[in-house]
Amino acid sequence: MNDQALKELLYKLADDLLILGHRNSEWTGMGPLLEEDIAFSSMAQDKIGQSHALFQLLHQLGEQQPDLVAFTRNANQFHNAVLVELPNGEYDFSLVRHFLFDMADSLRWQMLTNSSYEPLAQLAKKIQGELRYHTLHANTWIKQLGNATEESITRLQGSLSKLMPYALGMFEESPMEAALINDGIFKGEQALQAIWKSKVEEVLSATQLAVPDWKILVPVYGGRRGQHSEHLQPMLDEMSEVFRIDPTTEW
Amino acid sequence: MYGGGNTFEGIKTDSVAQEDPQKLAAFEARIARGEKIEPTDWMPQLYRKQLIRMIEQHAHSEIIGALPEGTWITRAPGFKRKMSLMAKVQDEVGHGQLLYSAAETLGKSREEMIDDLISGKSKYSNIFNYPTFTWADCCFISWLVDAGAIVNQLANAKGSYGPYCRALDRICAEESFHLKYGHHCVIYLAAGSPKQRAMFQEALNRWWPPMMHFFGPSDKISVHTEVLMKWKVKMGTNDDMRNQFLDMYVPKILELGFTIPDPKLKKNPDTGRWDYTEPDWDEFKRVINGDGPCNKERLEVRRIAEERGKWVREALKTSKTAYVTPLA
Repeated sequence: MNDQALKELLYKLADDLLILGHRNSEWTGMGPLLEEDIAFSSMAQDKIGQSHALFQLLHQLGEQQPDLVAFTRNANQFHNAVLVELPNGEYDFSLVRHFLFDMADSLRWQMLTNSSYEPLAQLAKKIQGELRYHTLHANTWIKQLGNATEESITRLQGSLSKLMPYALGMFEESPMEAALINDGIFKGEQALQAIWKSKVEEVLSATQLAVPDWKILVPVYGGRRGQHSEHLQPMLDEMSEVFRIDPTTEW
Repeated sequence: MYGGGNTFEGIKTDSVAQEDPQKLAAFEARIARGEKIEPTDWMPQLYRKQLIRMIEQHAHSEIIGALPEGTWITRAPGFKRKMSLMAKVQDEVGHGQLLYSAAETLGKSREEMIDDLISGKSKYSNIFNYPTFTWADCCFISWLVDAGAIVNQLANAKGSYGPYCRALDRICAEESFHLKYGHHCVIYLAAGSPKQRAMFQEALNRWWPPMMHFFGPSDKISVHTEVLMKWKVKMGTNDDMRNQFLDMYVPKILELGFTIPDPKLKKNPDTGRWDYTEPDWDEFKRVINGDGPCNKERLEVRRIAEERGKWVREALKTSKTAYVTPLA
């Protein structure tokens, strides 16, 4: 098994979840209705919990303790897609991101239930229940707001256009992709992207939103290689503000 | 989280004299027997009005209370604290939801209540008008403000209005976890580096006066509440609640080696009650009436959230939806 390729995969998964979990948690107290406030908080907790589990797997592979890894790295050491670090914007922006990300995330973890790396396969099985709720939540809201008022449809369509290039950036391949596929750890980004596109189309076709013209979209890559937007470092500075007062102590 | 919001506004009892004496007597007899009053039962106008006001203020306190702690979710140090604090603040918002539903059973919609919050017509717990400067302030709230809230809520859970009592039972169960979480955070600060200890001592110095205010004005100056006590709307006097809190938590604070910033604080062996420096009630009134350090900011955040979310709520309304009062 190619350890380097495996670690890179785990970092990518863990960082996506940590960063989006953090962004989701920023909706606490700010949701458009109390029920949504609570829902985003639940998903944030699931995501941060899942990322913690992945950092523990990395720790077992010789990386530092989860807290140190999560709370002391700089932006250029993060492997998340740029999609998840973008500021929350308005609710339509957060909702569309949630829909696009969680669709991919749940399909990714379904694939990983068959991973040859047993600890990852076990984790994948364990979190299926959580993931089902995330996609159920996203799809329900997209269908509701994508068929409701002129404003809601226009807003969602606008956010879809803005976010789609970033969403395609989730599927940036690793230079070690072939090793992962050959070792049976992960079936690869291309395979994932193909199913994701059809599932996204399926949900959108039940709404008054236009299905994107995939051919003309240009993916925003770079996140997997540590090339991030200007938004990530300030977010990390905030996240580690207390932890950095003394990273050696317990809080 | 909740702080005696019902105790600082005067009540007019004139309307009680106009109630049907037979119905009133039957109502009072039911309460005296320990029965719960349910939404469709007969109740005096004052009872309904006072309960709406109290439950609504409690609900507002939950969602406004989510703000000073909520700002620390993104800064919580380490996975464990981050996940716990998220869950804790989420609970508070959930309590708000539960309480708005309980108040709605009395005939005021959630929308009206939130409008009254934003316009300043309806109050919320005073303590959330103070700023959380450091992580230790956030820990103070999680431990001691929640502890104070539990003292109030356990008492109110024995009150007479069914939906409110049932909501409080569920809320208290969750609050007891908050208390454990908050205490755990403070233990780590107490047992940590000198810097961590100093952080909490400073937070304690800042938060002690608002914590003493939390239970409402002294019985010597507070408005008369006999009828509300008889109807089991209010279950204890402000000073009773304050004493109960001091009984339970002063020893725990001292045990951790911190100093409470009140040289007069001690238990009086003769009365069995606590002596303390009288809190500054003028400051309390100033802050309640809008002139605290964070009143404007708190309401502004709430107002912006409501405004930004309006299109979502509009989009949920369809020709088929109708307003239904919740059963609680």
